Amino acid sequence: MIPGEFDYYSPGTLAEALSLLRQHGSDAKLLAGGQSLIPAMRFRLSMPAVLIDLNGIEGLEYVREDNGHLAIGAMTRESALEDSSLVQNRFHVLADAARVIADPVVRNRATVGGNIAHADPANDHPAVMLAYNAEVIALGPNGTRAIPIDRFFVDLFQSDLAENEILTEIRIPQPGANSGGAYVKMERKVGDYAIAAAAVQLTLNGDTCTSARIALTNVNPVPMRATNAEQTLVGQVITDEVIEAAGVAAAAACDPSPDLRGSIAYKRDMTRVLTKRAIRQAMERAKS
Amino acid sequence: MSKHTITVTVNGQATTQEVDSRLLLVHFIREDLSLTGTHIGCDTSSCGACTVSMNGQTVKSCTVFAVQANGASLETIEGVAQGGQLHPLQEGFWEKHGLQCGYCTPGMIMSAKHLLSKNADPSETEIRQAISGNLCRCTGYNKIVEAVQYAAAKINETAPEEVPA
Repeated sequence: MIPGEFDYYSPGTLAEALSLLRQHGSDAKLLAGGQSLIPAMRFRLSMPAVLIDLNGIEGLEYVREDNGHLAIGAMTRESALEDSSLVQNRFHVLADAARVIADPVVRNRATVGGNIAHADPANDHPAVMLAYNAEVIALGPNGTRAIPIDRFFVDLFQSDLAENEILTEIRIPQPGANSGGAYVKMERKVGDYAIAAAAVQLTLNGDTCTSARIALTNVNPVPMRATNAEQTLVGQVITDEVIEAAGVAAAAACDPSPDLRGSIAYKRDMTRVLTKRAIRQAMERAKS
Repeated sequence: MSKHTITVTVNGQATTQEVDSRLLLVHFIREDLSLTGTHIGCDTSSCGACTVSMNGQTVKSCTVFAVQANGASLETIEGVAQGGQLHPLQEGFWEKHGLQCGYCTPGMIMSAKHLLSKNADPSETEIRQAISGNLCRCTGYNKIVEAVQYAAAKINETAPEEVPA
């Protein structure tokens, strides 16, 4: 379908972009990869009067180690994560997710920052970032601020970003020693949103779990952590029973909507299964 | 600012046009440039029939605005054959019966060409993953995979020998 009419700007700098945001306020949407926004505009679910295209601003595409954390520029294309040996070798939740976001062609255009800023619980990065306890860096007229990921997702399609702010970077803390993570997604076919998906990052001391973060995709109106599931793991020797309990807890904590991808009961049960698989894979990686 | 003048290089040729900001790149290619080899197969950015190469990366042209291609270099299916000579991929799709209705084929070839430019000797799994953004309702994909394998073999046999370091 054809999107509604809009005025289009392509600023060359972040300063210009901020100025345009200030000028147009709630009339404006930022355009990153456009792989969520443009389909929404084609269905006229989104009809911004003004689009501010960030693709002309240099210096926002990078994946690097900075002061003990992984720093990802907001305009980094998803396909760059697959090409990054740093991500592939040391940030497994992210590496797992990078392979299953949409499809390879979409990934050439879609951005990490856009995926997160869109605040869609169906996107994959929110759960990944929740599992990593990441930090979102936002640039506003008064400078930058760091938003802890646990505060970032407020409601469906609503993040903590103010109308006049631009997400510029995502920071993921280095997983410590004896730490492992995984992202397990079930989808009807490549390119579809998840039926359900689980992101797990945990730390072991021998066979005992000392910390765990578990987050879920597309089974809740807001990207969520299954904190009750985390609590079943932390301080425990992880046995099959403990893993099953964590899966059951995650399934109970989420609030899926029934649709063509499955009924509520089905999505809850897949949440249980995928949480268990992600825990097992995270443990394997923590031990290796 | 809802009308913009854009300059795009398409299959090696520069062109300047005035477009509405909401014009999708696929419509620009098909209607303004009359390059109808790029197809529209869905409304949901799923099918990949609109796949073109923009600045060396495959993109779904239905999910990019034409204004975003200002200053870019585009390659469409019409630019794949060189000097009347079929590209090994096109030859492969012919030889291996990699198409039936042909609707997905331009997009498939653009994605496969992109794969081969990065990975000259892809495994079957790598081929299937690389075309996983392109949907085919006719072939069941097996002959498409064979076509890509044919092309890879042809390109590698005619490529100059790598001199070991």
